[in-house]
Amino acid sequence: MSARDNILRRLRQREDGPLQAPKSDFGVMTGRGWSQEERLARFERLITSVHGEVQHVSRENWTQSLIELLKTKSIRRLALGKTHPIAQEARQALATADITLVDVDRPIEDWQREQFENVDAGLTSTGGAIAETGSLWLWPTEDEPRLLSLVPPVHIAVLEANRIEDTFYELMVNLGWSKNMPTNALLISGPSKTADIEQTLAYGVHGPKELIVLVKN
Amino acid sequence: MSVQEYTPQAFHRQAHDALGNPQIRANFRKAMGGLMDKRREAFAEWDLETLRELGANIRLRALARLPDLLETLETNCQANGIQVHWAEDGDEACRLIAKLCQEHGAKQVVKGKSMVSEEMHLNAYLEKAGIKALESDLGEYLVQLNEQTPSHIIMPAIHLNTDEISTILHDKTGLERSRDVDFMTAAARAQMRERFMAADVGISGVNFAVAETGTLCLVENEGNGRMTTTVPTVHIAVTGIEKVVEHLRDVPPLYALLSRSATGQNVTTYFNMIGGPRKPNEHDGPREVHLVLVDNGRSRIYQDNELLDTLRCIRCGACMNHCPVYTRVGGHSYGTTYPGPIGSILMPHLMGLEATKELPSASSLCGACGEVCPVKIPIPDLLVRLRQEAVGEGRGNVPGAGVKRNRTEVAAWKGWQWLATHPRAWRSGTVIAGKLRALTPSKLGVWTEHRTAPKPARTTLHALIKRHRRETNS
Ligand code: SF4
Repeated sequence: MSARDNILRRLRQREDGPLQAPKSDFGVMTGRGWSQEERLARFERLITSVHGEVQHVSRENWTQSLIELLKTKSIRRLALGKTHPIAQEARQALATADITLVDVDRPIEDWQREQFENVDAGLTSTGGAIAETGSLWLWPTEDEPRLLSLVPPVHIAVLEANRIEDTFYELMVNLGWSKNMPTNALLISGPSKTADIEQTLAYGVHGPKELIVLVKN
Repeated sequence: MSVQEYTPQAFHRQAHDALGNPQIRANFRKAMGGLMDKRREAFAEWDLETLRELGANIRLRALARLPDLLETLETNCQANGIQVHWAEDGDEACRLIAKLCQEHGAKQVVKGKSMVSEEMHLNAYLEKAGIKALESDLGEYLVQLNEQTPSHIIMPAIHLNTDEISTILHDKTGLERSRDVDFMTAAARAQMRERFMAADVGISGVNFAVAETGTLCLVENEGNGRMTTTVPTVHIAVTGIEKVVEHLRDVPPLYALLSRSATGQNVTTYFNMIGGPRKPNEHDGPREVHLVLVDNGRSRIYQDNELLDTLRCIRCGACMNHCPVYTRVGGHSYGTTYPGPIGSILMPHLMGLEATKELPSASSLCGACGEVCPVKIPIPDLLVRLRQEAVGEGRGNVPGAGVKRNRTEVAAWKGWQWLATHPRAWRSGTVIAGKLRALTPSKLGVWTEHRTAPKPARTTLHALIKRHRRETNS
């Protein structure tokens, strides 16, 4: 008999007999009832409390703010997608700026070291955010791969202000995640951090040192 | 690399040494005090009792359907392109993982934090097979450099202070000595990035495995977990069979409980949900994902209605942070993979009572662990149950039941029981004991190492009460 069969058999033939499965009441996960302003304010308060930065940008002119941001942070090489509207708008605006755009639509094997060592920042869209915990959610795609939000020292994420849900639970249920999970789904709440050296917080231990959220409103 | 040895058999000596080590005591006291306050604040806005109820309930539901859920998990993982393997024990899991590594010609693997891999001593096994396993969590990395095992399940290097860490990094990696935490972290980042790029295989644990969708969830702050499961070509996830949950919607409540209970955070920096290897059109992520399901004694715990509660654990570490014993003796004293209250109930199941008989007694039964446990495991009750098993009065369901049984002790309690249920004998007995009090021994083994021996009173309580009544009535 295989390990699998043995394990399952032992679990099925329990000495103390079959177990009753209790019902779960998820009420405590819902019913926050925040308005859109409250959601945004809460998101902002929480993500900044864990060292995330938030910048409010205008819907029409957000790329202008992006250019200024890149200038103040001395970001010269920016990695970004091609087909997502956010990436397209950014590419257009940055074409004339003095910024090197790094393509990410190629197998990582071909440019791993370049990505690890020569990219100053990654720009991504986001699916939305969660007010309760100050989290962004991302579903990486072939246009915006998994490592784009992890490897470069700065992560710039663009969030639509009206895409903030109250809780993680509601986000999942309202958007029907269980029907349609991607190969990788992420919640990101602040830049990479550790407290492993005597409980002292340090940022950027493996992932980005800085997370900047551009909130389009 | 030889690892400094601690064993559960030597609990008393190790605890004694730790208590005599002011550095260890200060490091733990400082860390745990802060964590207790942070946890309390993190739940301030919550109806904590209702949330704990839900958490316990989700875990119980998963356990009630465990064999079915494991099959569903397997089916859905396979549908997502994840290859599923089963292992009866730690050795079999190690063999499986080593074989997978060898099939890919792996010489170097990076590891995310995984307690089950510690439990099965994976690093040592791989090392023998000629494969170097490098820990990528900063705390685990430091502990590994220092040739130790983790002393806490969430904060592996909590027993070390800044100076000690500075010395370790200097001695083992040649880093310039510094007390600057940012400097040390940046150096570790650079050292580790080379390793992510060089590794052929990434090995991680799993916090929740979702049967409904075949998704593996990983909770972390550093991003090393994401690196480990994304950069190398092959990702191997390893987990105990109890980590499965039924639905995707079961995850948010458990995650809410886990991050707040563990470090007092509302949420961790990353919550990573892995739904399979990279698709043909995708540009990064592993090309293969494997899931190894490990039993290692869990299905045995599962047989017993009471002991089963142990399997609800979501490995948050809150019980350790609140345990007056753990916070004083530290994690290494226990000599087991899982220390503290959860270790004291889980390790006897996994290793048998022969080796771990001291652990269920390493508790004051103050009840703090049971009060903070986010999934309401009645840890104090289980400690008492295991104490009974150890002296042969339980159901005999734990390996090594009865090892602590001591004939003299049994006879003494039997005699006591007889005396206490025979009033006449009791009365004359207590009177005689009072008369012979000068003869009672002043040394009673370990008990009197730190205490004075008890002496029967000159006059019995009964006599005192009688006299009191006479005096107040007259
Ligand atoms: S027993 Fe409870 S408190 Fe302790 S680690 Fe497990 S879930 Fe956390």
